Amino acid sequence: MSEMMQEKYAPGTHPDWEPPATEVGVIGWMRENLFSNWRNSALTLLGVYLVYLIFVPLIDWAIVNADWAGDTRDACTSGGACWVFVKVRFNQFMYGFYPAEEYWRVNATAVLFALMILWLTVPRIPLKRVAGVLTLFVFPIAAYFLLGGGVFGLSEVETTRWGGLTLTLILAVVGIVAAFPLGIILALGRRSEMPIVRALSVAYIELWRGVPLITVLFMSSVMLPLFLPEGVNFDKLLRALIGIILFQASYIAEVVRGGLQAIPKGQYEAADALGLSYGKKMVLIILPQALKLVIPGIVNTFNELFKDTTLVLIIGLLDLLAIIKAALEDSNWLGYSIEGYVFAGAVFWIFCFGMSRYSRALERKLHTGHKR
Amino acid sequence: MTDHTDEQAPAAASFWRDPRKRAIVFQVIVLAIVLGLGAYIFHNTLHNLEKRGISTGFAFLHNEAGFGILFSLIPYDETYTFGRTFLVGLLNTLLVSAIGIVLATILGFIVGVARLSHNWIISRLANLYIEIFRNVPLLLQILFWYFAMLPLLPHPRQSLAFEGGIFLNRRGLYLPAPVAEPGFGWVLVTLGLVIAAVVVLRRWAHRRQEATWQIFPVFWTSLALLIGLPLLSYGLLGAPLDWDYPALKGFNFQGGMTVIPELVALAIALAIYTAAYIAEIVRSGIQSVSHGQTEAAYALGLKRGTTLRLVIIPQAMRVIIPQLTSQYLNLTKNSSLAPAIGYPDLVAVFAGTTLNQTGQAVEIIAMTMGVYLTLSLTISAFMNWYNKRMALVER
Repeated sequence: MSEMMQEKYAPGTHPDWEPPATEVGVIGWMRENLFSNWRNSALTLLGVYLVYLIFVPLIDWAIVNADWAGDTRDACTSGGACWVFVKVRFNQFMYGFYPAEEYWRVNATAVLFALMILWLTVPRIPLKRVAGVLTLFVFPIAAYFLLGGGVFGLSEVETTRWGGLTLTLILAVVGIVAAFPLGIILALGRRSEMPIVRALSVAYIELWRGVPLITVLFMSSVMLPLFLPEGVNFDKLLRALIGIILFQASYIAEVVRGGLQAIPKGQYEAADALGLSYGKKMVLIILPQALKLVIPGIVNTFNELFKDTTLVLIIGLLDLLAIIKAALEDSNWLGYSIEGYVFAGAVFWIFCFGMSRYSRALERKLHTGHKR
Repeated sequence: MTDHTDEQAPAAASFWRDPRKRAIVFQVIVLAIVLGLGAYIFHNTLHNLEKRGISTGFAFLHNEAGFGILFSLIPYDETYTFGRTFLVGLLNTLLVSAIGIVLATILGFIVGVARLSHNWIISRLANLYIEIFRNVPLLLQILFWYFAMLPLLPHPRQSLAFEGGIFLNRRGLYLPAPVAEPGFGWVLVTLGLVIAAVVVLRRWAHRRQEATWQIFPVFWTSLALLIGLPLLSYGLLGAPLDWDYPALKGFNFQGGMTVIPELVALAIALAIYTAAYIAEIVRSGIQSVSHGQTEAAYALGLKRGTTLRLVIIPQAMRVIIPQLTSQYLNLTKNSSLAPAIGYPDLVAVFAGTTLNQTGQAVEIIAMTMGVYLTLSLTISAFMNWYNKRMALVER
């Protein structure tokens, strides 16, 4: 290298040398990101040690030493994870106590739901508005009859038999879909110029946002029967759902309010100048823009709700987490709590991580032009 | 004539065409519906309660509770009243929240800064931490620590022993308890005086720097004062603090302080979960300070540490603190998941056991919600005050 440096070239005739090997490629990247100075190098070593400490035993336990085959706990002999437990109980974790011969109905609902979501989220498929209306109004009714049965020759399946991941999804989806209109009304109420309407909306929103969901669920399961006239009673699932919807509406209201506030005043004024009524102004001008802005926020709220549905465990509904917890108390399978909770965690993680990624991608897509 | 009719026209317009009148009518209708609904619910509730033979009112708070509570910060046994169970639960909620907040803040700041590290591995690991713990339900994490991890700890006889008489086993964490002897009060008095002195010193140094540009090493002097003087008084008074060490007697430990496993599991789960959110807040807070600020500070000749302390952190804190407070509030509300593992917090003791014993659903749920509501309204009032104080004064 030093010899090269000493050579003299006439101006303009200097040959193009390759950059030094230590500055490009893998080595260059490592020098820049892992070993740029002694402190960085020490951190890298610490990081590598941490990775070694955490991941080697984890992979060993979860994959290398794990048991997959077999139907009873006797099959678990190698000392690693006993996935047999999850395998044996898998159907229960997914469908709860839904009758096995009717599983196709749950599957059909799930496929229908997946198709609707696909229609809504893949940008290239047209007619988003139709999809939205179908998802919000037609799908819930279809799903209710498909799952509950009792019509069109489908045998009736009581809600007490619904459980597992099915129930978790039902709680989350119904919770968000039903809370959505209420949330929009509350958000409009909070932005209203009518003092009584505004005060009522603020009181409602702050009240529900100020208390933990668990007290709301307690309330809906203990107090709701008291609020209703004698003899009227709902099943447990509906009571939990009412609690979740009332609670969730306040969160959606705040998200939507953020969107309403982000719409420039000129839009409101232009709508007024055109002589549109309040309803037309909102439905045709303001809400379409505001709701588009808050989609990432709504997805985040849904994500939080999805995690919060696990709370129904405390009031005795058998969602995914509760049914796994119950299965762990089975005397045939005592001692496999780690497998059970890791499986539950993985399922929840896939859903929540997917949603958070989607909302972040949306945010990036919708916020153009302000980025550094 | 025509002018006159034109002026009259709006007044004569239909009632429904006047937005102000319409608003009044609309509000009256809304209010009537809400009040009607409230009255209907109230009526039904009274009727149902009467039917079930449950008396209304808060008189039950003076009745004897008749059940024990696993863990209490204040003296409590079966003979105390339901009012006392409320207080015990409330204090337990505050205790686990306080522990959780401290741990979550420390962990969250470490992970948040690690996330911004230039070191690839460290920043990836921090990101992994955030993505894993934020996307798994908190209740699941609480159950995981309590039901899956706790049984891995040894039995009392094989307890893990740490330096300084700390023991850990599946019955809980055992710590030495400090026992103050006469004279220890003076050490505390010294500490208080030193803190006051440090505050005065800082003010003085600041004023002197403004006046004379001379920099006084405030940090090191304060540190020396804070550690040195109390230690000195502690030594001079003949070490007036004794420790009560836990010791294995029979099947379990006696003496010292016992931290029940429910508290440990709940605090750990709350801290780890919330720390993931705090880490993201810290990251976005630091990133929100425009890079020009750093460059300007360097251009002025400030050192890296000074830049961080005087330029970056104060601006980042403006973004961080409001979100941090709301995370603290969330943590406190999330501590209500305690009944899932039997930690006796407000919800478990009061909305759970007390409700089952007395059947006073309306009063008890209202009191429980009232506690959380008061907490969150207080904190949001503080937040509004803080935001107003810290808001950027532009132009």
